[in-house]
Amino acid sequence: MDKIRALIVDDSSVLRKIVERSLRQAGIDLVQVMEAGNGAEALGIVKEGTVDLILCDINMPVMDGLEFVKQRQAMDLPKRAPVVMITTEGSESHVVQALSFGAKGYIRKPFTPDQVKEHGFSFWSDNHEASD
Amino acid sequence: MKPATELLAGQGHETWLPLLQRAAEEVFEIMLGAKLEPLSEATSVPASEITSMVGLAGQLCGVMTLRCSADMAKLIAAKMLGVAPDQANQQLWDAIGGICNMVAGNFKNKLTGLSDKCMLSVPTVITRGDYTFQSLADAGTLEIMMTFENNPIRIALEVHS
Repeated sequence: MDKIRALIVDDSSVLRKIVERSLRQAGIDLVQVMEAGNGAEALGIVKEGTVDLILCDINMPVMDGLEFVKQRQAMDLPKRAPVVMITTEGSESHVVQALSFGAKGYIRKPFTPDQVKEHGFSFWSDNHEASD
Repeated sequence: MKPATELLAGQGHETWLPLLQRAAEEVFEIMLGAKLEPLSEATSVPASEITSMVGLAGQLCGVMTLRCSADMAKLIAAKMLGVAPDQANQQLWDAIGGICNMVAGNFKNKLTGLSDKCMLSVPTVITRGDYTFQSLADAGTLEIMMTFENNPIRIALEVHS
């Protein structure tokens, strides 16, 4: 398994740490973890560097996760990492909206490391193979 | 299970209590690896020092609150982060807000047909307990009292409409 550079976007620093821990517990080999507290910060990181996998909350202040995936979709990026939404919102319309803006799937909070592995890694893996 | 719209029309909010309890138990089990226990009559309930609030808007309007002591909040943050309680001081607001948010989300997702028609606010956390909570559009309150490692925790949903 290649080492992964993950971007975790959530307004809660505690939740960001839990997502990171879940990725590690799921056996995902993280070489770098970048954190953003809202969509605007995440856009800055996406513009700056290479990210392999993005895990993003929906309900955040400043810029929410839906606006983030929408604006990211419109950006001209050399590489497009898969985005998995992690949210308390079970709203079907939010999920459909996120998918229409390029998100690959979603995980509902509360989540287990197995769910993070199942969703996060499978989408990264599919994307990685497709780009090879 | 009856759809949420039917329950709202009939004001049968008391039937939501087991769902609220299950929503809270699941969040604690999954995110903290800890079990919430029913509050025994012998357990003394100290004044709440930390209150987290999440607003619900849409077909169900109300406020979800989670109240506990500062030590309990610290313990929750420590469990979430996997650190000792004395290392969790800086994150306790964040942790309590996150837990309340997940309980509110998990609860509304258990109400058939409501998940798409009810949105959550970002959490607000109040410290200290010397205040009175009063709603001007109160259509009822659901409240559960549980314990987490022998510390009482109070979770309530003030239903507005």
